[in-house]
Amino acid sequence: MLKLEMRPQASRLWTYASPVLALVLTVLLGVALFMALGKDPVRGLQMFFWEPIKTSYALGELMVKATPLLVIALGLSVCFRSNVWNIGAEGQFVIGAVCAGGVALLADKDTGRWIVLAVLLAGVLGGMLWAGITALLRDRFNASEILVSLMLVYVADMVLSYLVYGPWKDPAGFNFPQSKTFEAVTQIPRLMDGSRVSVGLLMALVGAGFLWVFLFRTRAGFAQQVGGLAPAAARYAGFSSRKALWVALLTSGGAAGLAGALEVAGPIGQLTPYVPAGYGFAAIIVAFVGRLHPAGMVLSAVLMSMFYIGGELAQSRLGLPKSITGVFQGLLLFCLLACDTLVAYRLRWVASKKGGV
Amino acid sequence: MTDLSKRSIVKMVALTAVAAAALVGCGKKEEAPKAEAPAAAKPEPLKIAFAYVGPVGDGGWTFAHDNGRKEIEKAFGDKVVTTFVEKVPESADAERVIRDMAAQGNKLIFGTTFGYMEPMLKVAADNKGVKFEHATGYKTADNLRTYDSRTYEGAYMAGVIAGKMTKTNTLGVVASIPIPEVVRNINSFTMGAQSVNPKIKTKVVWVNEWFNPPKETEAATSLINGGADVLMQNTDSSAVLQTAEKMGKRAFGWDSDMTAYGPKAHLGSAVINWGPYYVKAVGEALEGKWSTGSSWWGVKEGAIEMVNVAADVPEDTKKKIDEIKAGLKAGTFSIWKGPIVDQAGKEMLAKDAVADDKFLGGVMFYVKGVEGKIPGK
Amino acid sequence: MESYALLIAATLNAGTVLAIAALGLLINEKAGVVNLGAEGLMLCAAIAGFAAVVHTGNDWLGFAAGMGAGAVLAAIFGVLVIWLGTNQYATGLALSLFGVGFSAFVGIGYVKEILPDRPHFAVPYLADIPLVGPALFKQHPLVYGAMLLVLALIWFLYRSRTGLVLRAVGESPASAHALGYPVRRIRLAAVVAGGALCGLAGAYISVIYTPLWVEGMVAGKGWIALALTTFATWRPARVLLGAYLFGGVTMLQFHLQGVGVQVPSQLLTALPYIATIVVLALISRNPTWIRVNMPASLGKPFYPGS
Repeated sequence: MLKLEMRPQASRLWTYASPVLALVLTVLLGVALFMALGKDPVRGLQMFFWEPIKTSYALGELMVKATPLLVIALGLSVCFRSNVWNIGAEGQFVIGAVCAGGVALLADKDTGRWIVLAVLLAGVLGGMLWAGITALLRDRFNASEILVSLMLVYVADMVLSYLVYGPWKDPAGFNFPQSKTFEAVTQIPRLMDGSRVSVGLLMALVGAGFLWVFLFRTRAGFAQQVGGLAPAAARYAGFSSRKALWVALLTSGGAAGLAGALEVAGPIGQLTPYVPAGYGFAAIIVAFVGRLHPAGMVLSAVLMSMFYIGGELAQSRLGLPKSITGVFQGLLLFCLLACDTLVAYRLRWVASKKGGV
Repeated sequence: MTDLSKRSIVKMVALTAVAAAALVGCGKKEEAPKAEAPAAAKPEPLKIAFAYVGPVGDGGWTFAHDNGRKEIEKAFGDKVVTTFVEKVPESADAERVIRDMAAQGNKLIFGTTFGYMEPMLKVAADNKGVKFEHATGYKTADNLRTYDSRTYEGAYMAGVIAGKMTKTNTLGVVASIPIPEVVRNINSFTMGAQSVNPKIKTKVVWVNEWFNPPKETEAATSLINGGADVLMQNTDSSAVLQTAEKMGKRAFGWDSDMTAYGPKAHLGSAVINWGPYYVKAVGEALEGKWSTGSSWWGVKEGAIEMVNVAADVPEDTKKKIDEIKAGLKAGTFSIWKGPIVDQAGKEMLAKDAVADDKFLGGVMFYVKGVEGKIPGK
Repeated sequence: MESYALLIAATLNAGTVLAIAALGLLINEKAGVVNLGAEGLMLCAAIAGFAAVVHTGNDWLGFAAGMGAGAVLAAIFGVLVIWLGTNQYATGLALSLFGVGFSAFVGIGYVKEILPDRPHFAVPYLADIPLVGPALFKQHPLVYGAMLLVLALIWFLYRSRTGLVLRAVGESPASAHALGYPVRRIRLAAVVAGGALCGLAGAYISVIYTPLWVEGMVAGKGWIALALTTFATWRPARVLLGAYLFGGVTMLQFHLQGVGVQVPSQLLTALPYIATIVVLALISRNPTWIRVNMPASLGKPFYPGS
């Protein structure tokens, strides 16, 4: 029978191959799904893997979708590498968007371009504030950051809802729950004409670079991660686990808040009840599939965006249901988690033995 | 695992990846010849696309729009090709979907909810050769016009029936989002009931969403628990009617015929018939007579109808409904005709004055007889 | 006065869904496993239950189908988490996302289906007592089932040997393993049982509570159930009370609207979550309290070899 046997050390091969295998498995399951629905699997795969990169406009849209995912995932990777499980990035995203929106609403026709900086800064600070609540509760009260950050997601949604239904509602908007459309001057500058890609993408890529340097080339980054990998050793070496907790949560909160600001002052252009788009949760998958490594996460952010856009196209062009995106994303993560076992374990054929579990 | 098996796994993975890429590449080539196949002497059919906010199967708002789309196909046959995308969220994603519709060659695009307004304006600005129709919006452009239906006429007729059928003199409305359209419907429902039964009062519960069946159920339950025995809704699913059925009260269908969802509870359905407007719009597009503007159609143009009135509704009430319909069609009857007072007794419309569309579009007060306050005011 | 009786009745109904799901999660967590996939699991169970009733007309088969779907998904989750040692939170999240999409997928054909007339239940004689009758005795059997479940769980966890073993596994899997107990199998059994209960709650939503199918109809109740288990500090009786509290919030919200009281609805909706955070902070700050209440191995994987 097949038995799982622990490897003496983590397999380097499978560290890289596992996400690829997971993707292959997901694709195979996807093909089976398409066929079960009576749709041409090749066309289905096309929607997901070819159409989103076919034209420069399509590539632009891919980047528009990937930017928030990547930004949030970069922050989350710092968290997860430190063994701090921030599941509430979605809430930090929303509060970042709210704060950014609040600053953007202050602008009028005569405001200068500097407001963009203020908007982004507000987003970062907002996200940090929200994550800070989780950090405080964990630091002071030892409350599980997983549950607290998760609960705060719903509270954040309610804060947004309260503002757009109430004090921040557009007075000229026929009482629809949305804020005024932000003045043009607050718009995050676009990278090029004809596409919605913003400088946010550049920020994300630069951020990935910084993260790489931080994690793998600085003492601080090392200290941060040791706390996650071996807390006892970290204490022994004098690395503060308190500091690691706060750095982790504030970084990921700030990143999520920045993503929120980029979305709200970018493609959306106002505050609506539909700002929470699930990016905070999807970014967790991006982080995992990207192996918590900056380069990996760039690739996995693009992959997840393909799933989003592919799902949309599969719906409008092939008549497949929209829910297919969620199915694929979930499947990918499942397969990845299963394949990851192969990093730490290997499969072996063993002669049947009695006993053992 | 030996080195050999490690290598073979790597080879397998690589092969699979290559195979997948090859498949995708081959598939692409198949696409190209297929696209050239239709051609021939007939003129290209007009490509029309619909963006729906809800699922086609909601039995309410989106279902009604889709019925309108089917009317277009029936009326124009192979002169048109229609497609739709459902559950397009009222967010940044809408812009991508609508832009894709334009890029796919659709020349007439319908957006069926308020939240598509900004995305449609943006796409319209970039696609001058495409015509856009936006439901329930208020911003237009050279190639984007708005359309809406006078749902308040359906609400009024429902009110007339409700006023007659209530035994507790308490009516209930499950309302969605506090915008003028919904407040107007609540008022019209109340005024209709008051015209046959001045003693009624209307209770309102706001769910703050267009479509959330579990929440609509809870809202309806709460109204019934509070004493209402006839319910109306301004939400998109059949949950309110089903709750009334379960609890032995009466209710109305909304946007589409909902008789099947609550046969015992059903008093009538205030349906929206998008067919007549859609057929007119497509006809104009086909003949090159399409121009911007805004339309607001009601019973007169066949866009609003009260259907399947229950058998146990008294004959004289049914006659009154017919009279109202005839009056609306002939233009001799106006629902919003003064004197109309608000809850505080302030006169909002003078005696015999008839409200114009501008007044109707800005209704943000409750008429006397409605209990509670409008949220956010 | 009558409207208050009816409000209580509605609260009992709403709370039952949360209670059954949270009790299932409680069994999981007592054994040391957190299943963040509750929402996706409940949705799959809801469509399974709804479909079963559409095809067979039998409510109880619907509940069975829901429990089955919940058990199967929980088993997959359990194998991944317990045997392959995958991260519990990530796996749970994956289950949640997958479940939301998959249920919507499968449910497409059922969106317009209508269930046969829902039966009315009333406890004979007791239901006729003025005020108290309508408030407490006109409920679906499962509402009373939830209360019985609490009693059964209290007995099981604190009075039976198996329950003791389960709790031991949750507190210190290493010790339980040293004593010879099959830790992983026990954990899997707990996960599957918990999944079945979550599935039952999901089926109740689509078959009784709001008898129709619409994607996403669980509308966050799975997440509330997760919060509830923590809010109740992992005690079955507290779970039931907390469930009625949380379930009552929505009904209270509408009731207040109906009588004209203007509290921002968002505040009321956020209350259960804020309350949970407060409780978490309170019970976690005292290391003794937290050791007494929270299963020590919660969220941590167990490897027999290590």
